[in-house]
Amino acid sequence: MSSETKQILTTDGIPLEVSLKKAEKKNKIKAFLLVAPLLLFLVITYIFPIGDMFMRSVDDKMITNMLPKTFKAMEKWENLEELPPEEVYQSFYEDYKLLAENQQHGKLGQRLNKEKNGFNTITKKLFRQIKRKKIDESISIKEQINKLHKRWRNVEYWLAIKRTAPPYTVAKYLKGMDMYFDSDGSITQVEEDRRIHRILWLRTLEIAFFVTLFSFFMGYPIAHLLATLPMKYSNLLMICVLLPFWTSLLVRTASWMILLQQQGLVNDFFVMIGLVGDDNRPEMMYNKVGTYVAMTQILLPFMVLPLYSVMKTISPSLMRAGKSLGGTPFVAFWKVYFPLTIPGIGAGCLLVFILAIGYYITPALVGGASGTLISNQIAFHMKTTLDWSFASAMGLMLLTGVLVIYWIYNKLVGVDNIKLG
Amino acid sequence: MALPSYTETRYRIWHYIYLTICTFVFFFLIAPLFVIFPLSFNAEEFLVFSEGMKNLDPDAFSLRWYKDMIYGTKNPWGLAAKNSFIIAIFATIGSIILGTLAALGLSSRHMPYKGLIMATLISPMIVPLIISGVAIFFFMAKAGLAATHTGIVLAHIILGTPFVVITVTATLSGFDHSVTRAAASLGSNPVNTFMKITLPLILPGVISGGLFAFVTSFDEVVVVLFLAGLENTTIPIQMWTGLREQLSPTILAVATCLILLSTLILISAELLRRRSERLRGINR
Repeated sequence: MSSETKQILTTDGIPLEVSLKKAEKKNKIKAFLLVAPLLLFLVITYIFPIGDMFMRSVDDKMITNMLPKTFKAMEKWENLEELPPEEVYQSFYEDYKLLAENQQHGKLGQRLNKEKNGFNTITKKLFRQIKRKKIDESISIKEQINKLHKRWRNVEYWLAIKRTAPPYTVAKYLKGMDMYFDSDGSITQVEEDRRIHRILWLRTLEIAFFVTLFSFFMGYPIAHLLATLPMKYSNLLMICVLLPFWTSLLVRTASWMILLQQQGLVNDFFVMIGLVGDDNRPEMMYNKVGTYVAMTQILLPFMVLPLYSVMKTISPSLMRAGKSLGGTPFVAFWKVYFPLTIPGIGAGCLLVFILAIGYYITPALVGGASGTLISNQIAFHMKTTLDWSFASAMGLMLLTGVLVIYWIYNKLVGVDNIKLG
Repeated sequence: MALPSYTETRYRIWHYIYLTICTFVFFFLIAPLFVIFPLSFNAEEFLVFSEGMKNLDPDAFSLRWYKDMIYGTKNPWGLAAKNSFIIAIFATIGSIILGTLAALGLSSRHMPYKGLIMATLISPMIVPLIISGVAIFFFMAKAGLAATHTGIVLAHIILGTPFVVITVTATLSGFDHSVTRAAASLGSNPVNTFMKITLPLILPGVISGGLFAFVTSFDEVVVVLFLAGLENTTIPIQMWTGLREQLSPTILAVATCLILLSTLILISAELLRRRSERLRGINR
């Protein structure tokens, strides 16, 4: 545009460009204001608390606040091969005395015991000495403490205290992967027979994977049937998919508990057809079998519905064209129909996988010990051991996994394309 | 789906195998729901079909578990049902208001950062419930709302809004914006236009999103388990405790009622979907 061109003005005398920009901005603000209440609500009640979970999972301030003088004195402790200098002992004694006065010494002992086994005993010993006023503050504290127990003369224990100085730690995340910081601060794996969390992660992945696979192989044929049948039949059959979809999760789990119990109908049926003896009924609940069967049935509608909505858009004439060009029905299906359904397969599989990986209720009820998943472990730490920071760490590890899958899903299908019913 | 007469035998066989597989899968999907129905009328205390039931002996059937559900003295089902309905209704209203407003904003072509905001709004649906439960519990505990109805309602609004956002956005995607401009040109103010023009047209989507929100709240157990105290017990919590401790037939009576409720919701959702498609001029 040459500079001599006259600017187009609106009736108010403002240049059109400015006026348009203003209107555009106003519209943007208007649209944003409509979204704002929900966005604000979610940020406060949901997004921030997830951030709070992160803070809790790395938080290790308790001990930092308990031994402020000690950690200050430890900065001057240079030769880590030898016991710390007198100053450190002196500050530790002062910190500990203060804690003992406030009845906080027990917490410190337990926390240090987690860092190095055997700490609780020697801190209790120190506590008793302080209570009986047996520690003479006018002579070397170092010698008196060292005399209490041989562990106090072991530099490993002092190093353990030093390790707890930083206010943040990734220890909970390591614990979630069955690893820990050993006495020299390097990351070590726990012994082979105590790696419970790794088993749980693998089992969660395994169950989510197989449930997705089963749902796919069961969901694909019926989605195809629903999409190709005439409307009046398919509507009727659709109820078989939608009724479970709308029915309470607990009701469906309850029905599987009834069906799969030892005196249940499934076992009755097996006995009837002579598959198993009446006195030898297999246990189908409280193990992986129960989890697989119940979860597949519960998650199947989430596979069928996206597949159906994709298949519905595929014109039947495509298959006819494939066949008329000389393909057998199998070739026509494999080369023409199947590739067209891939978006639906991606959507269905990822949806089922995401739902399965975080499942809690069904595994807790029908899973027993060998069918529980990582979610059950999170709930266990939230409710029973009250180790909320560990539960938070595990939750965030799971969340990271889910978000990666969600991101892939978004790339492949787009969140706006999620369809319901 | 009749096969053409010229189909070769092996494809005919394949076709019947395919139909058998489909029948099996449909049976697998729907049959478990029907086990509950007869067992809830069991006259005995066990959760298996008694000999009498197998022989269709009328004495083997009774309504005692339904009576127990309603009149049973120890049974908290009455309180649970009341709480469930109150919580679900308020959560639905909240979800509908917040979700519909957000969907209106998101459907505007002027909306900045649409993808990011949509992803944030949908996230409670994607994040595993156990994590949502932990996060919401931390918030409610800090806000002093743990073990209150308000806390649970707010939690269920969080979980319910994604459904409303999705259904209403979907309805609005086929929405002809010239009708609102026409209303504006005839002198209607935005609120009036929304109430008289937009809302009636998107109502099926709003209600079906509301149904999703209602069912989500009514059926939700993971988050409630973290939040509820004794006073806030809901039907899912009672079912959960019952299934964990002792499976009594009263639970099956409740389950039957829940299946009937979900059938009702399914029918209304289907009718709404069809109406919405008709209104938006989508013909199948």
